[in-house]
Parts: sequence; structure tokens; C-alpha cells
Amino acid sequence: MIEFPMVSFENVTKRYGALTVLDNLNLTIARGEKVAIIGPSGSGKTTVLRMLMTLETIDGGVIRVEGEPLTHMERNGQLVPADQAHTRKVRAKIGMVFQSFNLFPHMTALQNCMEAPVKVLGLSRDEAEARSTELLEMVGMSNRRDYYPSQLSGGQQQRVAIARALAMRPKVMLFDEVTSALDPELVGEVLQVIRKLGAEHDLTMLMVTHQMGFAKEFADRVCFFHSGQICEEGEPTAFFQNPQNERSRQFLRAVLEAG
Amino acid sequence: MGIRGLAGVLFLTVAVIWYLSGLEGYKIFVPGLAQGAAMTLQITAAAAVLAVIAAITAALSKLYGPAPLRWLAITYIEVFRGTSALVQLFWLYFVLPVFGITMEAYEAAVLGIGLNIGAYGAEVVRGAIISVPRGQWEATIALNMTRAQALRRIILPQAFAAMIPPWGNLFIELLKTTALVSMITLGDLAFRAQQMNQTTMKTVQIFTLVLLIYLAMSLAITIGMRVLEHRAARGILRARAA
Ligand SMILES: Nc1ncnc2c1ncn2[C@@H]1O[C@H](COP(=O)(O)OP(=O)(O)OP(=O)(O)O)[C@@H](O)[C@H]1O
Ligand SMILES: [Mg+2]
Repeated sequence: MIEFPMVSFENVTKRYGALTVLDNLNLTIARGEKVAIIGPSGSGKTTVLRMLMTLETIDGGVIRVEGEPLTHMERNGQLVPADQAHTRKVRAKIGMVFQSFNLFPHMTALQNCMEAPVKVLGLSRDEAEARSTELLEMVGMSNRRDYYPSQLSGGQQQRVAIARALAMRPKVMLFDEVTSALDPELVGEVLQVIRKLGAEHDLTMLMVTHQMGFAKEFADRVCFFHSGQICEEGEPTAFFQNPQNERSRQFLRAVLEAG
Repeated sequence: MGIRGLAGVLFLTVAVIWYLSGLEGYKIFVPGLAQGAAMTLQITAAAAVLAVIAAITAALSKLYGPAPLRWLAITYIEVFRGTSALVQLFWLYFVLPVFGITMEAYEAAVLGIGLNIGAYGAEVVRGAIISVPRGQWEATIALNMTRAQALRRIILPQAFAAMIPPWGNLFIELLKTTALVSMITLGDLAFRAQQMNQTTMKTVQIFTLVLLIYLAMSLAITIGMRVLEHRAARGILRARAA
């Protein structure tokens, strides 16, 4: 049996009007790989994750998840735009954590985690509660399970959001600057949870981040984006110590100076 | 004014109505006005239910329906907002029979007023739905929920809180609009008042009572909506208080 890559972007192009945000992107991610996406503002990092989460349409190319096209489906040997059922089937493998948490404000932490497993996966309430409790435990939030999001700090909300995404048992987790909206003293607790997740070798992770230290320590691979293209990619230690591309060097220098 | 304050004013209003009803010059009007008030309340309640159903249906159709449904919703909203409630009642009761569609005056009243307020309500519902942050929708997609699940479980409950105050205004508007039903032969509060005024000429007594009765009804609506608002806000923002 051929082992498909977990995710592959094949010549993917994304435009907003006249602006080409991603230009013929090619990116292949192996099962269990942890990829850090870095780059200057506006380089298209968020767009990559949003396309994979099907929050954005694409204007060219194909995205595949375990070999199966995400935005398309095969019909009579041809790729045609995917219908809702197909999209939902493939999308089930992907989960996402947002910069602004996006917890449901009218539900407690536990209800936030249980909602989709019950409604989408059809779990019984008992099963969903057991699963959610376990995950809230994992992110260190089991003692706050009955709190509403507005009763929680940013770091706590983000940890609940991580548990909520995991409750759907995705194979790929997307993190879009998940610590950027947090006060500095709360960043550590969220990164700690992500580290713990990283130890699960089956979970594939794509993370857009401005925390270079974390990217270096955590990722198997770093992709440096610039103007909608991957300018340079490689193993983190090598990339950070000895970047090859002029743009990467500039970017790292600027980041270092900013402290 | 807080809920307690409003309740106090309502209590006072009812007390004054009670007191006046016992007085010589007022007593004779009480049975007639009570019948009228009952009719007004009945139409208000039935039309309010219809208005809410029509508003939600039209708003969802306009936002998410397929093109024909969307156009139907837009047409409904614009026609009923763009013409007066009186003309709508006349159409339902006097014009439609010409085309072979007949209904009781009471049915025409509930239908006309319900659809009229529902058209304004549709825009309230639509506004509340689109005011829910986009991130909420995105979270439902990331959790692989269907659009119907997202609306029912995530979006509408949050929109609900935002629509309560404007609905309070609409219900009071609705109550006042019911005075038009006298034009299609129904014996509501306004109609009874006019009738008795014509036969007795006791304008001051009659219209003092009528004013107080309408005031009591609209205060009751305001208080009811405030209580709902309070509840909804607690569900979402339980936070800071705790
Ligand atoms: N909905 C949109 N409409 C128009 N242009 C958009 C939209 N979303 C993103 N863009 C543009 O696409 C480009 C890439 O945006 P993207 O959000 O992917 O950048 P990013 O690398 O995540 O940047 P940042 O580090 O600031 O988050 C930017 O130029 C942005 O202005
Ligand atoms: Mg971004």
C-alpha cells in the first residue's frame, strides 16, 4: 500500500481580487510531522491554514489530505469541485485553534468541548463528557469545566479551545498564532500544552508562530514564507543558525532586534 | 428605569384604573372597555406570535435561502414595510374577497398586523444574526458542524440576546397598531371607546380610562422583555457578576 502524505498542497493559488496571496504553493507534510510556519506579516501564513480548514476557497491547484482531495472530488476520473458531504468527510480529519479562541460564549468549557462530539460525531452525552473531561484534564482545565469563557483568562480560554478541537479526534491540528492575543505571562501555559500534544507522535501539527524559540525547539521543520511563497524551509536548528536565503536572514535579524 | 421601577409604575397605573372604575361617572364604561381590552390583548398576543415566526422565517430565507426563497423574503419585507398597516388590513379584509379569498375580520387583523410587524422584525433578526462575530461561524466549520447545526446551537442563541430590546419596541408598536382593527369592524379597545363616546359624549372619562389601559398593557410588555433581556444576558455574560 502506498503511504500518502498527511497533507499536500499541489500548485495551490489563492487570490483576493487582483492580489495573489499564494502563488503555486507546493508543500507536503508527513504523518506526525510538526511544521512551524514563519514569515513577515501578510506573507500568506494564515491563508495556508484557512484553506486547509476550508475557511477559504482556492483559485488553483489541489489540496490533499491522506491522498484524498479536499476542495475537489473525483468523478469519472476527473476532479470536480467538492460537494458539502465530501468536504465534511475530509474536513473531519482537521482541527484548528484560532488566535482569538472563538469559544462559544453561551456554553461552559465542558459544553464547548461536548457540543460537536455529540452533534457531529453522534456520541452519547456520557461518552462525550468522558472524552471532554479527559481532554480538559490534559490541558489543566478540569477544575474549570463549568466556567463560561468570559470567566476564564485568555490562556485558560485558549487551552479549552485546544481541548475542544482535540475532542473531534483530528489527525491534523492547525494553530494560528495561538499565543498572540495573550498577555506575556500566559503564553507559557499554552505552549506547555502544545508541547505535551507534540509528544503524541501520530498527531500532525501545522503552526503559524512568531515565537522563534518555540519553533526551533518544537518543530521538525520550519517553512519561511515570503510574499505567498515558501522562500526557505528546513530543519529548525540549521535554519535558525545558518539561513541560506537573503530574505530569511533579513527576517530573522529583524525578529532578533525586536527581541 | 429598572425593572422594579417599571413594575412600580405598572402597579400605580392599575391602581388608578381600579379606583376610577369604582367612580360614578366611570362605572358604566367599564364592561364595554373591558371587552374591548380583551379583544386588543387577544389580537396583540396572536399577532406577536405570528410576527416572530414570520420574522425568523423571512430573515433566515433572506440570509441563507436559495435565490427564489430569498427574493420572496425580500419582497415580503419590502411590501409590508413600505405600505401602511391600514392599507394592508383593507386589502386582506375588503380587497381579497373580490378575488375570492375571504376571511373573518379577526383572522385578517391577526394576519395583517402580524405580517406587518414581522417584516420589521425580519430586519431585526437578520441584523442580530449578522452581528454574531465571524469567528463563531469559523469555529463551527472547524468543528465540522453543518450550517443548520451552527445556526441552531451557536449563532441563534447568541443573536437572541441582541434582538430582545428591539423586539420590545416592536411589540409595543404592535399593540398600538391594533387600534386600526376598528376599521375592519372589530370591537377592540379603541373601537369601543369611540362607540361609547359617540353615544354618551363623556370624552374625558372614556379616554382617560383608555389611555391608562393601553399604558398598562405596554408597561407589561416592557417589563416582560426586560426580564427576558436580563435572563439572556446572564446566560452569556454570567462571567463578571460571578
Ligand atoms: N479576506 C481578505 N480579503 C482581502 N485580502 C485578504 C483577506 N485575507 C487576507 N488578505 C490578504 O492576504 C495576504 C495574506 O494574508 P494572511 O492573513 O495569510 O497573512 P499572514 O502571513 O497570516 O500575516 P500576519 O502575520 O499579519 O497574520 C495579506 O496581504 C492580506 O492583506
Ligand atoms: Mg496571520
